[in-house]
Amino acid sequence: MSLRRGLHTFGRFWWDFIIGDTPELALGVAVIVLGGWLLAKSSAALAVGLVPLGVILLLLVSLRRGARAG
Amino acid sequence: MTATVLVALSVFGACSVEMVEALTIVMAAGFTRGWRSALEGAALAVVCLAILVAALGPALVHFIPINVLRLVVGSLLLALGLQWLRKALLRASGYRAKHDEDAIYRREVERLAGVPRASTGRDATGFVISFKGVFLEGMEVVMIVLTLGLSSGRLLVSTAAAAAAVVVIGGIGVLVARQLSEVPENAMKLGVGLMLVTFGTFWAGEGAGISWPGADLALLILIALYGAVALLAYALLERGRGQTVGAGAA
Repeated sequence: MSLRRGLHTFGRFWWDFIIGDTPELALGVAVIVLGGWLLAKSSAALAVGLVPLGVILLLLVSLRRGARAG
Repeated sequence: MTATVLVALSVFGACSVEMVEALTIVMAAGFTRGWRSALEGAALAVVCLAILVAALGPALVHFIPINVLRLVVGSLLLALGLQWLRKALLRASGYRAKHDEDAIYRREVERLAGVPRASTGRDATGFVISFKGVFLEGMEVVMIVLTLGLSSGRLLVSTAAAAAAVVVIGGIGVLVARQLSEVPENAMKLGVGLMLVTFGTFWAGEGAGISWPGADLALLILIALYGAVALLAYALLERGRGQTVGAGAA
């Protein structure tokens, strides 16, 4: 019982830490990192520009969602 | 040098923000349940957190290749940094309520004052509340200390910055007692969020095989870029908020 509770607490910590109330950020980060990895293989210069751009777009989209909800 | 300073500043800032939140709980436990139990609970939590850093840090470096570590850690930092930045910007522009340490303190005091206490010896409630408060807030700090320290190869700098924040914020807490609401927590959260997003982008990129032009100097360019975007986003949010309030008043 205490093991189950411990696992639940552990899982809850990671869920709150990574996803919390902004699943779009976690998903967006995964897409950006995967895209950066794929781009780096073919065009490193493009990846240098597109990864930060993706981060900026993700922040703005998430802020817009937060402002609408708030 | 650039990365070392930024790592130290990021960890110090992140640890300070979490320390303010933890200290509010310790203060509430101390004033209502007695200082001995509250301080013992907080001290035990700090020791447990330090053991976690000491145990996990070298183990992770030893067993996981640095590029994989940077990819995973960079992604985690990016997600966490974006969460902090988003929250700080929404709070600063009035879309979300600011973290009110005074209200949290009052709520904790009210809750703790209602629990009966033993007439002698250590107060279990004060001890546990204090331990939990410091340990849970500290877990986020442990993650930041480990991720920033390991990715940059500066675990000692990272740990020292966290320890310095514990001493400085703890000292301020002792001096100003309950005036923790005076600490500009949201501004600190915004600054730390910016640095976490910067490091997250940098290391996730390196882990993914990107070579940043100028190596560590790219950190400064990224932080300037994200800072400018945060300012612009804040201005847009403020304007949107003003229009909403104006329309509501009309």
